[in-house]
Amino acid sequence: MLNFCIRRLLHAIPILFGVSILVFGLVQLIPGNPIDLLLPPEASPELIAQMTKAYGFDQPLHVQYLSWLWRTLQGDLGYSIFNGAPVGEQLFSALGYTFVLAIPAALLGFGLGITLGVVAAFHQGRAIDKIFSALAITGVSLPHYWIAIVLVMIFSVTLNWLPAQGMGFIGFPTSLEHLRSLVLPVITLSLIPMGVVARVVRAATLEVLSQEFVATLHAKGLINREVVFHVLKNAAPASLAVMGLQFGYLLGGSILVETVFNWPGSGNLLNLAIFRRDIPVMQATIVVLAFFFVLLNLLVDIAQAAIDPRIRR
Amino acid sequence: MTITDFSGFPPHADLAALKPVESPGYWKQVRQRISKDRVTLVSAGILLMIVLSAVFAPLIAPYDPFQGNIMTRLKPIGFEGHLLGTDETGRDMLSRLLYGGRLSLIAGIVPVAFALLIGGTLGVIAGFAGGIVNTLIMRVTDVFYAFPSILLAIAICGMLGTGLFNTLLSLTLVFIPPIIRISESVTTQVRGLDFVEAARASGAKPLSLIRHQILANVLGPILVYATSLVSLSIILSAGLSFLGLGVSPPAAEWGLMLNSLRQAIYVEPVVAALPGALIFATSMCFNLISDGLRAAMDVRIKV
Repeated sequence: MLNFCIRRLLHAIPILFGVSILVFGLVQLIPGNPIDLLLPPEASPELIAQMTKAYGFDQPLHVQYLSWLWRTLQGDLGYSIFNGAPVGEQLFSALGYTFVLAIPAALLGFGLGITLGVVAAFHQGRAIDKIFSALAITGVSLPHYWIAIVLVMIFSVTLNWLPAQGMGFIGFPTSLEHLRSLVLPVITLSLIPMGVVARVVRAATLEVLSQEFVATLHAKGLINREVVFHVLKNAAPASLAVMGLQFGYLLGGSILVETVFNWPGSGNLLNLAIFRRDIPVMQATIVVLAFFFVLLNLLVDIAQAAIDPRIRR
Repeated sequence: MTITDFSGFPPHADLAALKPVESPGYWKQVRQRISKDRVTLVSAGILLMIVLSAVFAPLIAPYDPFQGNIMTRLKPIGFEGHLLGTDETGRDMLSRLLYGGRLSLIAGIVPVAFALLIGGTLGVIAGFAGGIVNTLIMRVTDVFYAFPSILLAIAICGMLGTGLFNTLLSLTLVFIPPIIRISESVTTQVRGLDFVEAARASGAKPLSLIRHQILANVLGPILVYATSLVSLSIILSAGLSFLGLGVSPPAAEWGLMLNSLRQAIYVEPVVAALPGALIFATSMCFNLISDGLRAAMDVRIKV
């Protein structure tokens, strides 16, 4: 098991290295000279030269890349061009707010998804299977930024039950009143994971159910509840993999939902950085989100191997 | 997986002499199964209607989609000849939705088509060649997999700037890696099957092996997967426009229309929700068709 963990860890290092090259390369795609974005058009050539030197843009690309990589590895994410604040502070407080949404959304989406998937699989072909599968495919096909608006229309504009936008608190939610502003974004975010997880869990469960050992378990005289336990244990690795990916999407893909609800998370930060052409913030946000995604995949692989020894090969 | 194409096997034998007993044929069976699948047929019908109304928008649209009228802003459904109401600058919603389908469908389908061409080629090569070529292609693919798809699309679009071309480019780049993975995995499976080995032993060259043995057996699963990607692509491309990273106003595009009508939810909620409803309906159709094809073709792939 330890062996497997080490091997998986070693596999992640070149990927993270590739990620850093890709993100650095993406920034080079920005048309024009980055200094032009910082300075007014009437800036003197001396000032331009000075700024170019200060930001290290006069160095060859590979030197720029290595010095950026070195600083990032030491935890120095640079300073925002827009407001001069350290990127690290902004980014990690924003990430905290993204987690405040992502964790309950994941719990809700995974819980519903697993329930729908398992119940549908055990009633394959019957009405309940069809209804639950329809719910699942609806979840997968929903543009979440649209359903966010529809939910606001119903619960904020028409019924006036829940706040339409914003957080209503600083830090972490501590009272019931604070939780009200969480309800709509969390429901919105949970719909896609619900659909995806339900579909994968249903497929995985059906595959296990078609195997011979299930008939053996029944023949041995196990009651249904015990058989279900065995089936679920065997369907778990495939389902876990998808849940890991989906949690990553909740962290990295919440930008649209955060924009609709004006939620000060990492997605909103990235959106603002794009429109402000704030390169250090863009770079840092993308790298950190990708880092979390790789880390999550790593954890999922290890969890899978812990459940199913065959994967450790 | 059913083996469909015996035309190259054995490569040099007289096929007429070996002609087997007539069987229904794989594609005929697939057609039969689909013709019994009501859900797939209905969603294909709805999708066809959406596509046709986008293609023939200039003929159907009752008004100029770009001509506003300050006196008829944000009118409800059925207002004075505006069947679906008007938007925030008084433009006819029905006309804009019809025209909007053009950009939205293009932004949904074109990236997947290009990604299918590029990713499919790379994936089949990786799967067929194996060894160092496979390692090289797949490790680069792994790096792209370190980003959630929406994050990668937003990152590339944010760097390149707005516009339809940049949307298409960024989404193509986003969809190449998943298509490489699927094509590599099915090609690797097919490559190990006995009939490929037999063809190789009979002296078939690599290119003819790919053409006759591999492609016919991997295209089905890859296409099924690509259909479900179109659904995602429509959501993502409209999402990019929604963020202001896609096409620019006054273009008619569903994501952009949804965004510009966001403030109107307090005045005309139903009209404001229409563009999103169309994104949802189109994406749902593609997902249902993908599911139907998967069942009819008996494809087993992991998404």
